[in-house]
Order: sequence, then C-alpha cells, then structure tokens
Amino acid sequence: MPAAAFGLLPFAVYVVLFLAVPTLIAVGTGFLDTDGGFTLDTVATLGDPVVLTAFGSSIWLSALTAVIGAVVGALVCYALLGAAPDGPLRSTVDSLSSVIAQFGGAMLAFAFTATIGIQGMVTLVLQERLGIDIFADGVWLYELPGLVLPYIYFQVPLMVITFMPALASLKSTWAEANATLGGTTSSYWLRIAVPVLAPSFLGSLLLLFANAFSSYATAATLISQGAQIVPLQIRSALTSETMLGRENLAGTLALGMILVMAVVMTGYSRLQARAARWQR
Amino acid sequence: MSGGLRSVGGVAHAPGRPARTLILGLVGGIFAVPILAMVEFTLRRGLAGGYDVHRWTELLQGGLTGECRPVLVALGNSVGLAVGTVLIVLVLLVPTMLLVHIRFPRLRRVLEIVCILPISIPAIVLVVGLAPVFSVVARVFGSGVWSLALAYGITVLPFAYRAIQSNLDGVDVRTLTEAARTLGAGWGSVLLRVLVPNLRRGILAGAFIAVAVVLGEFTIASLLNRVNLQTALVVVGKNDPYTAVILSLIALFVAFLLLLVIGRLGAPRGTSRRRRPISRAASPTPSPTATPTGARP
Repeated sequence: MPAAAFGLLPFAVYVVLFLAVPTLIAVGTGFLDTDGGFTLDTVATLGDPVVLTAFGSSIWLSALTAVIGAVVGALVCYALLGAAPDGPLRSTVDSLSSVIAQFGGAMLAFAFTATIGIQGMVTLVLQERLGIDIFADGVWLYELPGLVLPYIYFQVPLMVITFMPALASLKSTWAEANATLGGTTSSYWLRIAVPVLAPSFLGSLLLLFANAFSSYATAATLISQGAQIVPLQIRSALTSETMLGRENLAGTLALGMILVMAVVMTGYSRLQARAARWQR
Repeated sequence: MSGGLRSVGGVAHAPGRPARTLILGLVGGIFAVPILAMVEFTLRRGLAGGYDVHRWTELLQGGLTGECRPVLVALGNSVGLAVGTVLIVLVLLVPTMLLVHIRFPRLRRVLEIVCILPISIPAIVLVVGLAPVFSVVARVFGSGVWSLALAYGITVLPFAYRAIQSNLDGVDVRTLTEAARTLGAGWGSVLLRVLVPNLRRGILAGAFIAVAVVLGEFTIASLLNRVNLQTALVVVGKNDPYTAVILSLIALFVAFLLLLVIGRLGAPRGTSRRRRPISRAASPTPSPTATPTGARP
C-alpha cells in the first residue's frame, strides 16, 4: 500500500459520511421499528393503499410528463440540427434550457400560478374573451393534475439538454450514403436515424422519468396541503411522525423510491452503453 | 417529406428553414407564456385594473428594506453556500481525481461510479438520511447554515465530476507530471503550477455548474429548516406574491446569464487553447451544462 493512498482518504471519508451514511440511514430506517429493532412491518407499509396510491400517482405523473417532454424535446432538438453548435441560437437555447431544468424549481410554481392560477393571465383571458372557465369543475392547479403542466415545462428543456448530443452525432455521411444508394428522406429516418437514435431516446426518456419522479420543489411549493405524490408524502412523514400511525414511514418511502430509481437508472445506463456505440 | 435530403449548414438531415421556424416558434411561443404571465402579474396596478411599473420601481428604490431584506440575507447564505461547495469540489474532488488518474488508474471506474451515484438518489431521499447526520453535525460544529455546503458537495458531485473529467480526458496528465518531476518540481508545484492551469477550463466549468445547482437548491434546505435563496422566495411568496415574482424573474435572468457564461467556457475555443500545449486538442469538451443528470427542480 503506497503512502499516496492516504491522499484518497479525505474524499473517501467525506463521501462515506455524507453520501453512504445518509443513504443507508434513509433506506435502513425502513427496516427498523420504534425501539430500533429489525422489522419488516414498516416495509409492509409499502403495500398500504395510501402509499400505493401515492406511488401510482408519482409513476403516472412521471411517465406522462416524460413521454410528452421527450417527444416535444426531441422535436426541438431536430429543429436545432441546422443551427451552428457554437452559434447564438444554440447557446441561447442551451442556457435557457439549463435555467428552466436546473434552476426553476419553486419559481415554476409562481410562474404557473401567474399563468393558470385563479387570477392567472391565461385563466382571465380565456374567461373574459372566450367564456371558458378552466376551473369550472373546481380548482385543479393545486392538486395532482396541476403538476402536469409545470412538470412538462421542466421536462422539455431537460430533453433538449440530454438528447441534443445524440442527435448532433448523426453523421452527415450516413445521409449521403443513403442518398447515393437511392434512398429517400423517409428511408433515411426509418432505416438509419431512428434505429441509431432509439437507445438514446429511450435513455433520455428514462432520465426524464427519474427526474420527474424525484422532483420535489415545484410540487412542494404548488401543493402546500396534502401528499398526492411520494416526495410530498415523505414531507408529511418528516414533518409529522404520526402519519398512518407508523414510525419511520419516511424511511420506508425512501426505500420504495430508491427501488424505483434503481430500476430506472439501471435501464438508463444499459441504454447509454448501447447508444455510445454510435457516438464515437 | 419527399424528395432528397436538404443540406442546411452542412448537416444533410437537418430540417429546412420553414420547419425549423415552425417548431422553434411554436414551442418557444408556448414556453414564453408563463414568463410573460409573470411579467404581466408584476405590472398589474391593483383592483382598479391597468398596468404600471410601480412594483418594480418601489422594489428597486426600496433597495435593502422591507420584503426584500430576508431574501437578500438568504441570497447571502446561498452565495456563501456556493463558495463552500466550490471549495469542497476544489479541495476534495479535484486532488482525488488527479491522484486516481496518476497513481491509481484502476480505481477510476470506482471513482466514477461513486461520483455519478448521487444522480440516482433523489434529494428528498438523501434528506431523510441527512437529518440524523446533520443533528450530529449541529452538535459538533453548531447549526450554522454553512453546514449545508457539506450536503451540497454531494449533490453537485456528478455535475462537477463530468465537467472536470471531460477536461482531464483531453490532457496528457501522466506526461506532464513526469516531465515536471524530471525537471525537479515537487508534488505541490506539479499540482498547482502544471496540472491545475491545464485543467482550468474543466475546473471552472465544474465550479460554475456547482454554483448554479447550489443557487437553485430547495429540497434539502427546506426540509432541514435552513434558509437559502429558494426557501426565502417561497416564504416571501406566501405574504407578497408580487415581490416574490419580481425577484424570481430577476433570479431567472441572472441564472440565464450565468449559464450563458458556462456555455462559453465549455466551448472548445478561446484563450484557454493557447495555454494548453500538451493536450490532445481535437477532443471537443461537451458543454458542462449538458451533463445528462437528473435536475430535480
């Protein structure tokens, strides 16, 4: 063991203390009862209808916004293909996407309250000009359906960020080869581009799913009461220990989230490895 | 969609100008609506209707007083946290990456997995385990807001790692180190006078992305009851939505400019090239803003 190995120690200690330990605590408390003994009772809470409904809602919301975000985002990437990579259009779109995807959070809740809140700009315009009351069946903005539009709003930019490198790596020689061999535009897209891009697209789709599934800030700001999705249920469990009359519920929910994330991210890294073949 | 492939800007499969304008115009137009709605909201005069800019002028002239004050304090906290997080990246991550690269190449894969792992762990999950850890930290070091930087160092790890690694891949660290050592340089000057200047772009990009992530962080601060920019904006938003929306617009604009700077740093050109004599020049660094990581707003 060379002395230089000690140089690795500070980082190793830091990662153990602030990544490994918290993760193990988060997941491990799901297996502990009130006295600190081992139990599977709390894990059985994952089968509770309230918890299952929250997981169902989270997965539904994440899947819906991931699919819409992926399709719209891919279209934007396609439209950006002709723009110079270092040109003003691309760098503006890149920066805007990063701001919305990484910085939006709580502010998106403000934005959508100002847009489709009860006094929102779009709400009022629709009401006064067209006589359409979007809240005729009750105010849905502060419920689960209200999360769909804000989530799409940060999913599309994330798709642009993650899918653009894949689309940009399509080689123009492939299109030329296709044309030389008498292929048409549609044969180029169907036989060459789509098969090459499919792993990247599906990978990005999974990443978008994971992104929505683990997102907290927008939902927490928009929905101040209730626990419609899993992250909000963790909030309730952390702030009041009595939810469902069980201790350590936050740990159990964390365990459930980690399981879903593990499946999704494993799929993501498999697809990324496949996609990398064509990106050299 | 019939006929041959058009060639736009040298890319044979790119859409024509009408299709491009249509898609970008449509999506851009729809995405502009919430931002415009925020602006419209802040310009409302009140119950009487009509528009003026009095909320903006009052806020900007009032300066450090009133509703703005807690947000400015919180902005100070966030900037401090950003500095602390960048220090963690510089002091802990960068030397470790270099050490692994030079002396323990077999650990590279392990380091990569550790650094990318936080993507798969939602902040909301991490916070469940961080709460007990931070109660220990609070007992030992006090419960100052700065301690959050220890958690943020973890959340920025994937972003910082990718930015720095993509630079590292393009620099022949081994040769540079051996040359410097042969010429009699100590490890300190190898690190500070040879390697860091060569990795300047990656380190800068990693630091900028860390700053952007920290300034946008809400989940951990909110659930550990610490005040940062985002949590303060939400608190203000409950009492005075107009001020909160104005401040959000300013924050979004500043963040946009910040990321525009990052994008330029990531672009493989500019002054940094001439100072990188022994780099495999033709390895375009992917824009560090384009790290495909979970954003978790």
